[in-house]
Amino acid sequence: MAEERVREVRMGRRGQMRGGPRPKVENPGLLLKRILGYVFKYYGVQMIIVLICIVLSVVANVQGTMFTRTLIDDYITPMIGQADPDYGPLLHAMGRVAIFYGIGILAGYTQQRLMVQVNQGTLKRMREDLFDHMETLPIKYFDTHARGDIMSIYTNDIDTLRQMISQSVPQLFNSAITIVSVLSMMLVLSIPLTILTLCMVALMLFVTAQVSKHSGRNFVAQQRNLGKMNGYIEETVNGEKVVKVFCHEEQAIKDFDELNEQLYQSAFKANSFANIIGPVNQQMGNANYVIVALVGSILALNNFAGFTVGALASFLTLNRSFSMPINQVSMQFNSIIMALAGAERIFNLLDEQPETDEGYVMLVNCYYDENGNVVETDKHTGQWAWKHFHKQSDQSVTYQKLEGDITFEDVDFGYTDDKMVLHDINLHANPGEKVALVGSTGAGKTTITNLINRFYDIQDGKIRYDNINVNKIKKADLRRSLGIVLQDTHLFTGTVKENIRYGKLDATDEEVIEAAKLANADSFIRRLPEGYDTKITGDGTNLSQGQRQLLAIARAAIANPPALILDEATSSIDTRTEKLVQEGMDKLMHGRTTFVIAHRLSTIRDSSQILVMEQGRIVERGTHEELLAQKGRYYQLYTGKNDALTA
Amino acid sequence: MVKTLAAQIKEFKKASIITPLSMIGEVICEMIIPILMGRMVDYGIGRGDMSYIVRTGLIMLAVALGGLFFGVMGAVFGAMASTGFARNLRKAMFDNIQTYSFANIDKFSTSSLVTRLTTDVTNIQNAFQMILRMGLRAPVTMIVAMAMSFSLSPRLASIYLIAVFILAICMFFIMSRATRYFQQVFRRYDDLNESVQENVNAIRVVKAYVREDYEISRFDKAAANIYLMFSKAELNMAIVAPLMQTVVYTCILLISWFGAHMIVGGTLATGELMSLLTYCMNILMSLMMVSMIFVMITMSQASAKRIAEVINEESSLKNPENPVMSVPDGSIQFKDVYFSYTPGSGDPVLKDINLDIHAGESIGIIGGTGSAKSSLVSLISRLYDVTEGSVLVGGRDVRDYDMEVLRNEVSVVLQQNVLFSGTIMDNLRWGDPNATEEDCMRVCRMACADEFIEKMPDGYNTWIEQGGSNVSGGQKQRLCIARALLKKPKILILDDSTSAVDTATDAKIRKAFREEIPNTTKLIIAQRISSVKDCDRIIVMEDGRVDGFGTHDELLETNGIYREVYESQVGAGANADFDRPE
Repeated sequence: MAEERVREVRMGRRGQMRGGPRPKVENPGLLLKRILGYVFKYYGVQMIIVLICIVLSVVANVQGTMFTRTLIDDYITPMIGQADPDYGPLLHAMGRVAIFYGIGILAGYTQQRLMVQVNQGTLKRMREDLFDHMETLPIKYFDTHARGDIMSIYTNDIDTLRQMISQSVPQLFNSAITIVSVLSMMLVLSIPLTILTLCMVALMLFVTAQVSKHSGRNFVAQQRNLGKMNGYIEETVNGEKVVKVFCHEEQAIKDFDELNEQLYQSAFKANSFANIIGPVNQQMGNANYVIVALVGSILALNNFAGFTVGALASFLTLNRSFSMPINQVSMQFNSIIMALAGAERIFNLLDEQPETDEGYVMLVNCYYDENGNVVETDKHTGQWAWKHFHKQSDQSVTYQKLEGDITFEDVDFGYTDDKMVLHDINLHANPGEKVALVGSTGAGKTTITNLINRFYDIQDGKIRYDNINVNKIKKADLRRSLGIVLQDTHLFTGTVKENIRYGKLDATDEEVIEAAKLANADSFIRRLPEGYDTKITGDGTNLSQGQRQLLAIARAAIANPPALILDEATSSIDTRTEKLVQEGMDKLMHGRTTFVIAHRLSTIRDSSQILVMEQGRIVERGTHEELLAQKGRYYQLYTGKNDALTA
Repeated sequence: MVKTLAAQIKEFKKASIITPLSMIGEVICEMIIPILMGRMVDYGIGRGDMSYIVRTGLIMLAVALGGLFFGVMGAVFGAMASTGFARNLRKAMFDNIQTYSFANIDKFSTSSLVTRLTTDVTNIQNAFQMILRMGLRAPVTMIVAMAMSFSLSPRLASIYLIAVFILAICMFFIMSRATRYFQQVFRRYDDLNESVQENVNAIRVVKAYVREDYEISRFDKAAANIYLMFSKAELNMAIVAPLMQTVVYTCILLISWFGAHMIVGGTLATGELMSLLTYCMNILMSLMMVSMIFVMITMSQASAKRIAEVINEESSLKNPENPVMSVPDGSIQFKDVYFSYTPGSGDPVLKDINLDIHAGESIGIIGGTGSAKSSLVSLISRLYDVTEGSVLVGGRDVRDYDMEVLRNEVSVVLQQNVLFSGTIMDNLRWGDPNATEEDCMRVCRMACADEFIEKMPDGYNTWIEQGGSNVSGGQKQRLCIARALLKKPKILILDDSTSAVDTATDAKIRKAFREEIPNTTKLIIAQRISSVKDCDRIIVMEDGRVDGFGTHDELLETNGIYREVYESQVGAGANADFDRPE
């Protein structure tokens, strides 16, 4: 019972986040316009040529069909019985048709080639735009959206769009042109029969719409089930080793079978309905033909409004060419609906609000001239300055030395406005100080560090960096000024060297090795099969946790930032190695303001100040000795007397 | 490859046969209708014979109804066969993944397995449906049209034969090239997906280092690669339709020219020429279909291969033929063990390991980062097989046991631990699906997990998010220990499983082990000396070798590494821990 409820709540939330699986695309017209807008924006010329090519091939095709009819009547029949038939006119006519054919083939080929360019080019741009935009989104977006959902936009949704642009769009144009030309010819022959045909076509479309509704609903269900299964596979395969250790394979298979069956049911229904549209329309087209023939015969035999038998024969031919493109369009219906649903998710991501940055203070490398004035430079001098650009007043630029003084003034923060997780945080880190944050998990230590580099913005209070409100500092510069080593070390596909170089893209090999040595990673790296050129795969799963942390430290070291945040940076490194790393870390931290989150005494003992956190508040502060003397919470933790605690 | 996949059609064989048969039925109806239409115009309308029109119209409607019947049959059974086939493929893959050994799992990345189970299967599903519905229909149409042409004029029909032959050769070359390109496209797709996945996972690192632009340029490279390869493949395919048109138009012109001569010469009727040209169109349409099927097959070939790889991957660990079904006791022996993750390359990870551990002993394992502690214990529950030597549990080689029996008796709490989405109770019951609530609570008490679970709003029914993201590291570890305890194993292995648990709780857990499961052999890998100090014996690992094995006091005397580790941790506040749960 409770389980169900929790599941519901959870599903509900996730549903909300993703906008929920909708039975219908909200505004198909607008979406289609946006997609076409995208296509035309970059490939307008190509698309116009494509359109011309389509017209040309339709015309060439019509010429070809007409030729077979006139061939016999106009050229062959007159020659029959002649003693010395003159094939000249026939050859001439065939030459003319051959030219039409040639134009048709050329137009077709051009269209195909251009569409490849348009289609692939559009998708490339769309992928790039998606990724570009994703990189600008705030951390909050990633914290509140399921990874699988984001991934699926790049894979499934883009793929359905590919099919739509490459197949459905040209098909639609082609059909539209054919329909218009045939319709106008039909109107010339007989208005009443045209109306009759249109009525039948309307019926066809109505039936198509009805069937499509069913298949569409099931396609949505299919995508939803596919997503569910995606999530299940991801989770299970990620935890496959645990599955093995617990011999949980059978249960996993059972759960999977259930999801698989659901997917099958919805896919079966969706595909069945989608498949039915074709034959149903085709046979309705045939019925349409019979009815028009019957009504037409009555009209023709009664010579209604000058309608002749010959005209009826022509009309019937047109009737057939009319229902064919309509058939084709209705066959595309589902893939268009699917693509639009995908496009909606794509545009939803593109419409997400990017991280705002109203900061104007910049961080620059600098050196001091003989008078002690700050001079800006492009070189890595290891010295930094804030660059203020006074826009309002006199357009002047002033420099201020980066000291590394960080203060929190009465900061309140919550991930959502209705639930604060940090209360009344006040702290002052003097330049070069090492500030340790201790406290249990969930006390808000990591949250504090997330606020300094503005991964999240605070609700109330002020955070100042060298007396500048962090809101006024350009985010990129603010973040560049803070080296960060996180508890969950994420590495990237590439070599070890490339991963260390991530901290400073133009670092030389020597710098990389130096940083590795500083982090005490050099020795283990050298023992890897290919040393610094060893490939790291899948987030570094071929390295142990400790080794990954060492690499992350090296990565931070090479960046040489003026201030540091170390969030359990050495938690997975054994104490003996840590002692070795510590030397390097001390060197790294020397002269830099450092925030350290750790649960090992050795890591925090020599901090300038230790802040003890509990439930989003700082409850004690001071140096190690001071805190011990206070005999408060810290003392209890230090002596390990758990029993003495009163919760 | 085809065989592997085809074996998964299983219960959908019937549907897979009915579909093409229905499609042939539809084709027949489709071929009759134009004849009826022609007659209606020629004889009915042409002669003003109303009753003939009505009669033919009714026949046409009947045939259309028949066509509708076959068409719907083909539609439904085609959908059933293809989606059912997809279901079976997914099941076959997933089932086989469940038999994988750790070595097999290491080989495939998660994202690649997910793609194989979803996108690749969808590709195959579409291709299969296409083959079923069009695969027979198109050639049948072509053969019928061809036969009709030959019956009319073998000389003119031979033009078609030549044309089809030329086309077939061209198609073969185009397709084989396209296949190569498409395979590369899929590889590029993997790169792109990896790039996205990494960024989604590691967005904090990206943002902290202000590497958005760098990542964008990396992604753009991957996107450009896809663009390049895909364009190449599709440009290659773009020739197909015009080529087909060229051949068909040439045929029409040739037939018209020679046909005209034959008609004038009196060896061919005008009606026959008209029919020949109609058949030409039929042949064209079905050839188009065939080529489209080819494209589908080509595109899905890469997917088929990737699926077959997963289905055919044989587990590197096999159950023995006559497995031993019970583990007598929890004793462990390592005899001259060498182990390497990829045998034959580089230095072995474990070298010359000889150990003798008695049942019920508690063994601590300590050693630096990368000293192969985890590798050592992973051999005991046969997560990997030794490269040389042997590992014995209960006096028998681990390779003699039934794997499930062995793993049920050897419970491992892995270093990289995972909880699954579900309630805490669901997660605990992984250890024993039939465990009562009391059982679960008992092991939670032993693992000191009860205190925080009971504080949670829903207690044991609290929902754990995917990957256990809503519990802290220490809480996760304690849940994992409880889960492992529920198995009531003869051997319990903790691979650095209390690193995020404070020392006092850690000590409490060990005390519970001592008191409540004294007969279980316990192996505890740890970084803290305090975690292993009171073990019966301690193994010191260094660089893949056993550097020392003895009691705490013995090692302090004789083992340099142990002493060094000890000294780095001892002193005032050695037990201090600042990540204590309240």
